[in-house]
Amino acid sequence: MKFAVLVFPGSNCDADLYHAIEDVCHENAEYVPYTAASLAGFDAVLVPGGFSYGDYLRSGAIAKLAPIMTAVKAFAAAGKPVIGICNGFQILTELGLLPGVLLPNRQTHFICDTVALNVTNAGTMFTQHYMPNEQIRLPIAHGEGNYYCDAETLERLKVNHQIAFTYQNDVNGSLANIAGVTNEAGNVLGMMPHPERAVETLLGSDDGQRLFAALITSIRKGGQ
Amino acid sequence: MFNVRVQVTYKDSVLDPQGQAVQKAIERLGFDGVSGMRIGKSFEMQVAGDDQAAVEKKVAQICDQLLANPNMEQYHYDIQKVATNQ
Repeated sequence: MKFAVLVFPGSNCDADLYHAIEDVCHENAEYVPYTAASLAGFDAVLVPGGFSYGDYLRSGAIAKLAPIMTAVKAFAAAGKPVIGICNGFQILTELGLLPGVLLPNRQTHFICDTVALNVTNAGTMFTQHYMPNEQIRLPIAHGEGNYYCDAETLERLKVNHQIAFTYQNDVNGSLANIAGVTNEAGNVLGMMPHPERAVETLLGSDDGQRLFAALITSIRKGGQ
Repeated sequence: MFNVRVQVTYKDSVLDPQGQAVQKAIERLGFDGVSGMRIGKSFEMQVAGDDQAAVEKKVAQICDQLLANPNMEQYHYDIQKVATNQ
């Protein structure tokens, strides 16, 4: 099984994702530069956190136009799994693969913390190894994680069970405390918390490890 | 050739915490009666062409596809034909 870890100018969580897949999940990961045109041979795409293009204009706004993103769109349209974490989430909303947008935090400053989350939908291919409404703890590190969408979109997210993770407390002003959403088809996940930084108890928490394990289980089932 | 200035601001429905912080700072300076502070972005560019309608269409597409995110932002632009020396 092969995971693509995208690398943009300014990505800084790519190595963490690579480590989570290779060393913790014991699957293959490969860095794919933003200039690449193909995702052939990959089973999943991981869009890492960081500050792609220095967050110029809006976070994710320039990265959505990188050459590799045409292939990412086709990959997602084919029903294959894509995860965007932190800046990766921002990129996927800008690209239009996920609804809504990430505004600057209500507090107007960067937040670096470990926060309590609820697994709001434990039925997705990314969350099936969690219990419904399970409380987990994951690190966050963002200045623009304040999820926003219009009222109709929020209603649609609820009806379609697209809200995957919510913050237990109001962390950054996010609408309905949303921390992570999927697309309607359920094969694209975006989340502000960092599961790849929580894959070993030695480093404080391994609550994020089950997200990758769930995805690996899903891909295996799909491949049979 | 046209000079184009684009203003991008948050939609009215979107909270602007930075704008609120600036407004509070204005109050602390001792100015009263200032309200509705919103912070936005300003873009200036030159766009080639003679047909203003075509240039405006191009500018609107640029705004829709890149300069503004319609989920949270709105934009307006001013456009002015550059006088040539010929």
